[in-house]
Amino acid sequence: MNEELRKKLSQVVEKTVSNLQSAGNLETLNEIRVGVLGKKGELKQLMKGMKDIPAEERPRFGQLVNEARDKIEENIDFVKKNLEKAAMEAKIASESIDVTLPARRPEIGHRHPNTIALEEVQRIFVGMGYEVVEGPEIEYDEYNFEKLNIPANHPAKDEQDTFYINKEILLRTQTSPIQARVMEQGKLPIRMIAPGRVFRSDEVDATHSPSFHQIEGLVVDKHITLSDLKGTLAEFAKELFGPETKTKFRPHHFPFTEPSAEMDVSCFKCGGKGCRFCKGEGWIEILGCGMVHPHVFEMCGIDPEEYTGFAFGVGLERIALLKYEIDDMRLLYENDIRFLRQF
Amino acid sequence: MNTSMSWIKMYVPDLDVTPQEYMDGMTLSGTKVENWAALDEDLEKIIVGQVKEMEKHPDADHLYICQVDIGGGETTQIVTGAPNVHLDMLTPVVLPGGKVAGGHDGTTTKGGITIKDGKLRGVESHGMMCSIEELGTSREFYPEAPEFGLYEFEADAGVKPGDDAIHALGLDDVNIEYEVTSNRVDCYSVIGIAREAAATFGKKFCPPEVKVTGNDENASDYISVEIRNRELCLRYCARVVKNVKIGPSPKWMQRALASNGIRPINNLVDITNYVMEEYGQPMHAYDLDKIAGRRIIVSNAEDGEKFVTLDGQERIMDHDVLMIRDAEKAVGIAGIMGGEDSMITDDVQNLLFEAANFDGTNIRLSAKRIGLRTDASGKFEKGLDPNNAEAAINRACQLIEEFGAGEVVGGIVDDYENPVGERRVPFEPEKINALLGTELTEEAMLKYLASVELFQDQETKEIIVPTFRQDVYRTCDIAEEVARFFGYDNIPTTLPSGEATTGKLPFKLRIEEKARDVAEFCGFSQGMCYSFESPKVFDKLRLDADDPLRNAIQISNPLGDDFSIMRTTPVNGILTSLSTNYNRRNKDVRLYELGNIYLAKELPLKELPEERMQFTLGMYGHCDFYDMKGVVEGFFAQIGMHNLVRYDKNAGKNFLHPGRQALIIYDDVTVGYLGELHPEVAAGYSLAGTRTYLAVLDLPAILPFATFDRKFVGIARYPAVTRDLSMVVPMVIEAAAIEDMIRQRGGKILESLDLFDLYEGDQVAEGYKSMAYSIVFRSSEKTLEEADIASAMKKILNGLSSMGIELRQ
Repeated sequence: MNEELRKKLSQVVEKTVSNLQSAGNLETLNEIRVGVLGKKGELKQLMKGMKDIPAEERPRFGQLVNEARDKIEENIDFVKKNLEKAAMEAKIASESIDVTLPARRPEIGHRHPNTIALEEVQRIFVGMGYEVVEGPEIEYDEYNFEKLNIPANHPAKDEQDTFYINKEILLRTQTSPIQARVMEQGKLPIRMIAPGRVFRSDEVDATHSPSFHQIEGLVVDKHITLSDLKGTLAEFAKELFGPETKTKFRPHHFPFTEPSAEMDVSCFKCGGKGCRFCKGEGWIEILGCGMVHPHVFEMCGIDPEEYTGFAFGVGLERIALLKYEIDDMRLLYENDIRFLRQF
Repeated sequence: MNTSMSWIKMYVPDLDVTPQEYMDGMTLSGTKVENWAALDEDLEKIIVGQVKEMEKHPDADHLYICQVDIGGGETTQIVTGAPNVHLDMLTPVVLPGGKVAGGHDGTTTKGGITIKDGKLRGVESHGMMCSIEELGTSREFYPEAPEFGLYEFEADAGVKPGDDAIHALGLDDVNIEYEVTSNRVDCYSVIGIAREAAATFGKKFCPPEVKVTGNDENASDYISVEIRNRELCLRYCARVVKNVKIGPSPKWMQRALASNGIRPINNLVDITNYVMEEYGQPMHAYDLDKIAGRRIIVSNAEDGEKFVTLDGQERIMDHDVLMIRDAEKAVGIAGIMGGEDSMITDDVQNLLFEAANFDGTNIRLSAKRIGLRTDASGKFEKGLDPNNAEAAINRACQLIEEFGAGEVVGGIVDDYENPVGERRVPFEPEKINALLGTELTEEAMLKYLASVELFQDQETKEIIVPTFRQDVYRTCDIAEEVARFFGYDNIPTTLPSGEATTGKLPFKLRIEEKARDVAEFCGFSQGMCYSFESPKVFDKLRLDADDPLRNAIQISNPLGDDFSIMRTTPVNGILTSLSTNYNRRNKDVRLYELGNIYLAKELPLKELPEERMQFTLGMYGHCDFYDMKGVVEGFFAQIGMHNLVRYDKNAGKNFLHPGRQALIIYDDVTVGYLGELHPEVAAGYSLAGTRTYLAVLDLPAILPFATFDRKFVGIARYPAVTRDLSMVVPMVIEAAAIEDMIRQRGGKILESLDLFDLYEGDQVAEGYKSMAYSIVFRSSEKTLEEADIASAMKKILNGLSSMGIELRQ
């Protein structure tokens, strides 16, 4: 065996290992690798001396070269991994950002407070098995009044300050005509709510608008009672205003229900102790309701001996104004973006 | 309706509740108390004092130093500047530490003014002697009070020093304001409210006992009555009083009227007012000596008939107005107001009382047409109980006798040809329980009913409904009476049993919900606009004179011209809202609205118009036409409309920029339009400083295409090949034409195309634009080979060349 070659081989390995230790970056590492293992690298040069070695010693020499290469490659891999890790760490270290700089927010539009309130009411009643229906905003006098037990010359017609198109056609003053329209279809039982726009001849001010929204409710079935009405609306109030909400039913009069009632809820601001919000009363008037008048059933072709039902009507704006503490109704129809953005 | 607490207690003497308890109890039994006010809320420590000595203040001309007897052997020194102070006068005195309601000029101070010991020009003064104004009221209600100065108790007031002055003046009372529902005509009277109060609190109800009055003459010798229109006048009662002595009414009556806010005038006027409040029955008094022929005729007016009412105004009648006449002339408008000629004056000798029953609707409409709504017409229009008239007129005559205000002639002239009788309603306790959800016994129900004089006929078991209850006709009405006095609060709370139903939102409303979601994610906030607007809108929007949108439905009684037509386009609403925002300097505003337009099938309207829901979007600021187009297409994609949307620039919208508008067409159906606002229209809405973009989508047109069905078609398994195409295009060729050509020639393997560059300007020849598309090919069956692509591209290139498009390699 050529001692000189063997010595050279171990020198190459030692030198390379020591060079690798001082390699500061991946480029230097690559230069070292090419210098030793490359086509013109030191190992290749040594291999050229193979021809001067006796044939019987060649396999032994080849084995030594392979061992040397393995050792060098092992070292290169080790150093490479370390260098890559260091490089990654350096990169990460240099990439810190100021997380408190302002966000880039997409402008997402806002729903009208009326719609938010409506969707809440709808969610509650749809959950209780009510279908949502609609009816015409320009309506026949017959549906708006007569079929609701409000005959011609009834003082209620004056009270409601109706906008008329002509003698027979008007802008509906309530969503109640939808009751008659649904009952006439004769599909029983009925559980429905009917939201919609209604019109009354009120001048615009902080608490009045000639156009506003109501949500009508109607349940018709066998064995429906006033206690069902109370229970249903008490549940509704709790869902809408919070589980602590109490309800109070006061006798009232509507031509198309009998008995009739108005429902108050305990003030959700003060819990009923009395505050400025509820004008010290502890209660806030929310809706009108009652048992469907048998004559209304008769006019719609439903047998009042067999069926009973209850109906209610809620003012949507009233709920929106109360719930979101809006102090002027005019804001609802101005559409100032600074108002809408708060919902 | 108002009553004082003391007046209610006249008929419910055992009533012993606080005002708050009264309010709560009455409200829960159905007579809603809106408000109550204690008349003495701001009065404290006010007693009757008597001036025993007075001397001039040494340092002030107009002040007097008085020694005032305040009862219990005590005297206090009070300095006063009142002009009417005199020895021995009995006057209200507020003691130091007490409170008065206001100043002597009639201004009141909330919470009252506390009176303290003090010195006036160096002389000690302990307390204050009061004028009626300082006690929070006025000469209107206390006509005996002087115009200036201290209130003086009259000799017959029966007060002595140290007495409670507030009580002596009747100010220890509460004024209660009720909301009476229109079905409870009987509760527009003190007696009616008192009946409810007695039933509510379980106390005895003691209505006034009316004794038959009169001398042994007969009223029919003095007056005759003829009703010529029995439909409008159901009953006419007349009584006569001779030798009338006009004077003040007794203090108790003055106080009762004052506590209801009615000014005492003289015994005759006060009696009619009192009985009107007490019974809810308006009455009228005529000077009998001015009734020609001593005849009363009730008949309709002539069209154009002129009549001078007792307020001195000449008014013009029509043939629907009912008049009261004598043998020669009209003497009153029935149920509304009497005439000047026959009105009671101070030298009246003999008078005629009228208590009649007129048709409520006719009175209401007549009062409206004449433009004269009086206390009387306000009562009549509710539709009164004709059986109340006789009781009321007898009550008035009884009071005349009691007060010595005249000699009541015996008998009554009472024309009442078709008397209204009691109604009978079957008593059905099971049905009542079934309706209320209660388990009340028959006895309990009957007890509640009896408390409001709904008694049972023992034989027929029916409930007898007295005529003053005009709201009780059938079992549900009886059930309400039971529920009211059982207490709505005591009715259980349950949920409806029975067949379950599915809660749901109809398809249209689900699409509207989607529209809101998409609009909001695109930065649009929801506005709400009125359904009615001004006819001037059409000119503002530059609509042609014959534009069908001008055929708007008119409101016959609008709030004003600006709210007089039902809108036929949603554009004005959204523009007005954008304008409001722009003028308030709100930047980059995007609004949307979901609301109906109203399209008449024919005018004048014979049947209901079409109501079409419009999804309207409007914006100004950092945005352009194509942003709006993107919102529209984004919405379509969300509601399952994936076909190609086409745009026709010949939209014909005069309010939009002629070169920047398009109809939106889906499957050959026009579903809406979009565009930039015409500069002239923009100027009209004060939006000239910005560019405004609109899109209007007609939901009824869109609904047939919308769907929530979704189907997965798999994710492409084979690679796509992209080719870029750069070309010089004559200006007149629209992108849609190029894209149609590429799609048509690209065939099945064309997956998508995307315009990635568009340039017009210096580098391109005049009349041309440079466009670059990226075209993606993909097959769902195999990996495309070069030959497939080359063949497709060749077809595309040939097609484009044939359009006069030059390709850049």
